[in-house]
Parts: sequence; C-alpha cells; structure tokens
Amino acid sequence: MSCWQTINDYAFRSLGYGERLLPRTDFTLCQQFTLIGSGLIWNIYFGLFALITGFFLANAIALAKSAQNPWFRKPAEWFIFVFRGSPLFIQFFLAYEALQILPKTGINLFGITVETAWTTKAWAGALFVLFLNTAAYSAEIFHGALRSIPKGDLEAADAYGITGWARFRRIQWPTMMRLAWPAYTNEAIFLFHSTTLVYFSGFPAFQQRGDALYYANYFADKTFNPFVPYPIVAVYFIVLTLILIWVFGIMNRRLNRHLPSNMVSRIRLRPQLIR
Amino acid sequence: MFAFCADPKSIEGLSWLMCYLTTGKHFDFYWSFVTVLTLLAITAPVALSFGFVGAMAARSQFLPARIIGKGYTAMVRGVPDIVFFLFFVIALDQGLEWLNHQIRCPEWTEPIRQGLEFRVCPEAKVPLGSAPQAVHQAYGFALAVVTFALVFGAFAANVLYGAMQAVPRAQLETAEAYGMSHRQVFRRILVPQMWVYALPGLSNLWMILIKATPLLFLLGVQDIVYWSRELGGSKTSAYEYPHGDWRLYYFLFLLVFYLSFTRLSEVVLARISAKLSRGQATAAGEAMRKAGA
Repeated sequence: MSCWQTINDYAFRSLGYGERLLPRTDFTLCQQFTLIGSGLIWNIYFGLFALITGFFLANAIALAKSAQNPWFRKPAEWFIFVFRGSPLFIQFFLAYEALQILPKTGINLFGITVETAWTTKAWAGALFVLFLNTAAYSAEIFHGALRSIPKGDLEAADAYGITGWARFRRIQWPTMMRLAWPAYTNEAIFLFHSTTLVYFSGFPAFQQRGDALYYANYFADKTFNPFVPYPIVAVYFIVLTLILIWVFGIMNRRLNRHLPSNMVSRIRLRPQLIR
Repeated sequence: MFAFCADPKSIEGLSWLMCYLTTGKHFDFYWSFVTVLTLLAITAPVALSFGFVGAMAARSQFLPARIIGKGYTAMVRGVPDIVFFLFFVIALDQGLEWLNHQIRCPEWTEPIRQGLEFRVCPEAKVPLGSAPQAVHQAYGFALAVVTFALVFGAFAANVLYGAMQAVPRAQLETAEAYGMSHRQVFRRILVPQMWVYALPGLSNLWMILIKATPLLFLLGVQDIVYWSRELGGSKTSAYEYPHGDWRLYYFLFLLVFYLSFTRLSEVVLARISAKLSRGQATAAGEAMRKAGA
C-alpha cells in the first residue's frame, strides 16, 4: 500500500472519515505520521476554540477581579483560585462525572426538551473545561497587566477629560493587552500542550477518534516501540508551537507599533507547564 | 474496623458511612495520598539536583557539556510534557532490560525486537517475572519518580540557569578581584546569591509539580485518581456497601485536597521568599530595609 493511499485512508480518520479500522500489523512510518497528524486536528480544534472564547471571558474576569465591588471581585478571585489551584486532569474528570449526572433523556425547559447527551462528548465537554481553565489563567495575566499600566497614562487620560468607557477602550485596554501579550503567548502555547490530556482523562475517544497523543499511544502500545510515535508527536508540536509564536509575534508587533523600538516588549518563551 | 460493621447490610445512616469509609479498600485509598506525598518529597530534591547539574553544564566552558546542558533545558519547551511522561516510562524500562540483557545473556542470538515484540531473555526481565507483586509496584513507582525527576529537572535547569545569570556581575568581579578561583567564586558568591532570584521560578515549579501528580495515574501507579475511580464507581448489591455512581464526590474531594495543598504551599513559599529577600540588593530587600529603619 502506497503512502498516498494511506494518506487518503487516514488523513481524516480522527473525524470519522476514511478507513474505519486502524492499522493492526506492519505499521509503516507513513501510517504513523498520517494518523498522528490526523489526530492533531483535534488538538488544534480544542486549542483554537478554547483560546478564542476564553479570551473574552478572561477579559471580563480580569475586570471583575480589579473591581471595587466585592460582589464582582470575590467570585472572580474564587474562579481564578479554583481553576489555577487544581490540576487540569482532575478538572477533566470532575467535569465528565458531573456531565454524566445530567438526565440522559434531556431536560424539559418550558415545554422544550434540551438535549444533554452531547455534553459528555469530548468535543463539547472537554472544550468547555479548557475554555474555563484558560480563561482563569489568562484572567490572572490580564489582571496583572491591568495593575501595571503606567500611572502617567491614566493621569494623561484624566487631563484630556477621557473618562469611563472611552478611557477603558482607548487607554486601559490597549495598554493592558500590550503588557500582557508576552505572557499570554506562553499561556496560548501551554493551552495547546494541555489539549493532549483530553483523551487521557474521563472523556472517551468515540470510535477511536482521538487526538495526536491518543494515536501515538495506540502505536506505542501495539509496537512496544516508543521511539517512533512519540518523537513524531514532538515534531508536530514543535511546529505548532513555532507557528503560534509567529502569529502572536505579528500581533505583538501591532500592539507595540506606536512605541520606540527600544521599549518594545519581546516575547520570551518561559517554561510554565501542566495545570 | 468497628465491631458493629460486621453486617453492613443491616446498618444505615452515619454508622453506615463510618463503616463504609473504614473498609480495607478505603485505607488503600488513604495510603495512596502518602504515595503522592512521597513522590513529591523524593522528586523535588532529585529534580532540583538534576536542574542544578543541567544549569552548571549549560554555563560550562567546555563545549560538549554546554551542548548537553542546553539541549536538556530546551527539551521541555516545545513539546507537551505528558508526551515525555508516556515516552520515558517505556523507554527507561526497555533501556534497563536491554542493558541487563547485554550483561546477563551474551550468548543470546535472537534479535530483541521481533516484529511487534520486545523480547529479552527471562533472566534480564526487570523486575524478574517471579518477583512478588510488591516489587513490581515499587519498580513502577521508581520509574515514575525518575520520569518526573527528568522532566522537572529540565524545568528546574531553566530556572536555575536564569538565576545564575541574574546574579549581578559586579559581585562576581569583586570576588575575582579578591583572588578567588573560578570554583571559589561559584561556591561562595554565585550559589548563595542565586536562590533569591531562583525562588519565584522554583515556587512556580513546585505548584506545577503538585498539579502534575495526577499524571501518576497514567504511568500505571495506583494513586489517588486510580482509587477514586475504583471506589467511586457504582456498586451493585453484590458488594458489601452498594451505592450509586459516587465518582463525582470522590473527585470533588480530590479537588479540595489539591486546592488546599496549593494554597498552603503559596503561604509557605511567600514566607520563605520574605526570609530570603532580607539584606538582598533587590526591590523586595530594599522595601524591607526601609520598613525596618
């Protein structure tokens, strides 16, 4: 079987298209590359959607945490504490068990039956956990950035008579983004890394449709040879990381475009893994 | 455990719960917390020493050592650490067996990798097939410790390397001016001063290490996640203590455990940080000096 044929069969296996049976004997390098790459679609799906949705929630929570009113501040602090203080692994398990408790037949709301079965599927349940998790981590970053906005900027805004919403939108928020961006880049990278946990926690891989690490683990289990599939995952993730750094670098340049070149904050990759 | 627990079907309410929580399996569950704490207690110093050696290698004058050190610190940056966890456990196991095989069975002619199998001679199995169950468990735990130490050592090397670079140059130059050798400067000036710079990174690492402990479950160790799943699953009336699916409550308990553990660590680390900042030429040290004066 040629490699082209394998790619045709397995390139979208993780989404349920193509060949149904996974290879069982005579594993070729091509099969491993194709299937693991196919699984990477899920990692990108989880990472991308959690990042985009989490971004908005993170902004809201960061603002709530810096509010004077304890009715806003306390819940935000607790939210951040719970999601940053506990392992993501446990959060996945907990969410899965909690979603399992929902009635299988759906919830009856004002005569309309709301389906609940889909929430225990990984594409929805795990995405929801990742969304909350990244929102908590990013909120902490944004909150820190909000607190380190230079005093002079705010005084200048006051002097010009810019107040309220306009002050937030035109002075505070852009500066907050600019200051938070290097740290937020790291958060994005590690969010993508933590998507590999999804199929190793409670969420089952329906019809063997899993992510990159799921397939790598499959190959390692079948061949007793960890020296091929895991380095393939590593290569894929290094490429993914480089692309992320590149994209975030472009945004970073845009956020810093008004500054003299010696004041631009550079993105540095810092190790801050696993949650 | 208690005398009235002899017939669990006949009791109910609080005494049922007490009997339920003191079954043998539950004691295994409580012991698994000790397993996790042991893992942390062993891994943290070992990873720190790995990190120290790695950071020393990374700033060595000797090129091969520098390449190895830098490679080690770069290892964890682009790749999810769970990949390393899954990889190292098998790789270390097979590496040990392969070495053992080379030593014990030199006359063995068959290839070790036969198609899909990894086959060494029976004497080279680690641990031996005839070994008791406890040895197998201890071996699994030891593999997990080494894996954790390797991965977290790489993180620690990153942090310590940065801390060593952060010690003010003038301090080292002064020491050289007093005629200290390279080794003396390293031991007497650099190492004592670097901790205050390393502490924020190391405390972050400690938090991450705590939150990585549930991954023991993936490495096949019977840890708290394993027992929570085992005990929480619904039990039919064939069991002594039948109940529905209680895994949610068990995991909630784990959540509370982890939250209080990280909270406690935060408080303790803040104290250590305050202690280390005393008399240091940093912003925190300066603030303390002013407050005292």
